[in-house]
Amino acid sequence: MSTGIVTAHSVVEPSPRAKAVAATLVAAYALISMIPLVWIFLTGFKSPPDSISYPPKAIFEPTLEGYCNLFTTRSRQSPEYMATLPPPASTCDEIARSRNMVIAGPSNYAPRFVNSLIIAFASTFCAVALGTFAAYGFSRFKVPLADDLLFFILSTRMMPPIAVAIPIYLMYRELGLSDTRLGMILLYTSVNVSLAVWLLKGFIDEIPREYEEAAMVDGYSRLHAFWKVVLPQATTGIAATAIFCLIFAWNEYAFAVLLTSGEAQTAPPFIPIIIGEGGQDWPAVAAGTTLFLLPILAFTVLLRRHLLRGITFGAVRK
Amino acid sequence: MTELTPVSSLADRVAAASPDWALRRAGGFSDRSIAWLFIAPTIVLLLAINIFPLIWTIRLSFTNYRGNRPNAPLKSVGLDHYQSILSDPDIWAAMQATAHFVLWTIALQTLLGFALAWLIDRKFRGHALWTTIILIPMMLSPAVVGNFWRFLYQPQIGLFNYLVSFISGVPPSSFEMIGSVKLAPWSIILVDTWMWTPYVALIILAGLRSIPDYIYEAAEVDRASSWRQFWSITLPMVLPFIMLAVLFRGIENFKMFDMVNLLTSGGPGSTTEVASITLKREAFEKWRTGYSSAFAIILFVTVFGLANIYVKALNRVRQR
Repeated sequence: MSTGIVTAHSVVEPSPRAKAVAATLVAAYALISMIPLVWIFLTGFKSPPDSISYPPKAIFEPTLEGYCNLFTTRSRQSPEYMATLPPPASTCDEIARSRNMVIAGPSNYAPRFVNSLIIAFASTFCAVALGTFAAYGFSRFKVPLADDLLFFILSTRMMPPIAVAIPIYLMYRELGLSDTRLGMILLYTSVNVSLAVWLLKGFIDEIPREYEEAAMVDGYSRLHAFWKVVLPQATTGIAATAIFCLIFAWNEYAFAVLLTSGEAQTAPPFIPIIIGEGGQDWPAVAAGTTLFLLPILAFTVLLRRHLLRGITFGAVRK
Repeated sequence: MTELTPVSSLADRVAAASPDWALRRAGGFSDRSIAWLFIAPTIVLLLAINIFPLIWTIRLSFTNYRGNRPNAPLKSVGLDHYQSILSDPDIWAAMQATAHFVLWTIALQTLLGFALAWLIDRKFRGHALWTTIILIPMMLSPAVVGNFWRFLYQPQIGLFNYLVSFISGVPPSSFEMIGSVKLAPWSIILVDTWMWTPYVALIILAGLRSIPDYIYEAAEVDRASSWRQFWSITLPMVLPFIMLAVLFRGIENFKMFDMVNLLTSGGPGSTTEVASITLKREAFEKWRTGYSSAFAIILFVTVFGLANIYVKALNRVRQR
């Protein structure tokens, strides 16, 4: 980034007016593109009638009903039965009763969310571990057919996920891996490892070889030098790569919807099928969506410096 | 980025670090065996989870296998599936829907993305913050967000219809984005453009920033108009970046499944039935596993072939 002294005559520095116009337009774009996300957030705090009112309500009385409905299942009861119940034990209980319902038990959202966490973190760990070793191998040694192997690793990403899912579905059925976390972890690892190898090779290429060579001159083995010199230097790159893998595994839908149905189902195939009485329970869907998107928001902010590299498989570096 | 520790002090640091006996013992490996030791696990995993299934798919594509009847006798059908796919009007309709989706999303995202990148490159105060905000949609799950757009697109109660009617004066229930044959293809193009314009913008922004200032200064000395500068400096120098963004978006949208499956699931009728949706229907609803395997192979060969041709073109532009 240029930090030189900018004079009034500089030809590359835009005029203040150009800057103001650009700032306004970019801000306008940003605000408009945020509307759907703000609406998701707001809908999560609406009551079901408010969520489907016409005209759409931007100002409403906030309620936790969406979040309560997200985490519970409810059943409708007769007024006579309701009268025999002890006073409501929680806010959610109270809201349910006001709709002539009682809470029947927890919903499947929490276990699906936990599945998402376990599968995303485990597959990220495996992909990054494998990717780090492979990337170091490709970066430092003369591997025969290295370019072809790297291209092969990348080309595995070109298959449409549904095309991959057909044989995987049959294979997992034979191996008993259908609808298991282990099966999903293996699958996401194999998808993410290509990204990990490409990104990490770029990061490791940037670490001067002289560092390890100096350590090796001092009598350290190649593996020892890798462990003590290269890995600490590559921490930032490994962390950035891990977050990219995590986001992919977290957001993935196609494999999840085809290969999991219960036990190992993750949140993305579950959220769209949250239904209430008489159709989709939009406040609950919005609540589930909000909780699901929040971690990604945090990661986006963390990653902003490495974003470009991650989304282009390391092809563009800043 | 990389800290510039003097090499000698670094070696000291390494020497001071406690030696790990396991690493010491493993130290006897030659570089060559270490290279294979490091790369092999990744290759083995990819062979097991990607290549073996791919070969299996190729084999299935020559049979009448049905995934829901695994014990039925297997019959070889030769190239029949490939022949009937290439003459199946439904498949061609799906390819057309995919082409419509891919071409329009790329066109819109490139234009909008370029405009956005160019504006951000005016380096106004706070541009970093606004850029981060703009990037948020592309990080989110297309499935989960696409699902919510179904709500925004509801006629009458949906926010999208309301805002459109607010601006244009058309009654909000007079049009249906998802429900009408005419508008449904645009409903998915719009959501994809909303999600991925920032992606294209970010890559093009990197291209704009890679152009050294002195080139513009020289052009200014030569009294080249800003229009001229744009056509003969900015555009040619950013072109490789634009092409890269188009490549990535093209491959991704050719494979598009999640957002479309949740937003329109291919409907109404089959107006938005892109290739992946057809593939899912054939494979997991009609259970014509052999037939859908052949279609999967055709899709893979298509995307692989197109990407290869494109990369060659990209490299030629880069070398210029």
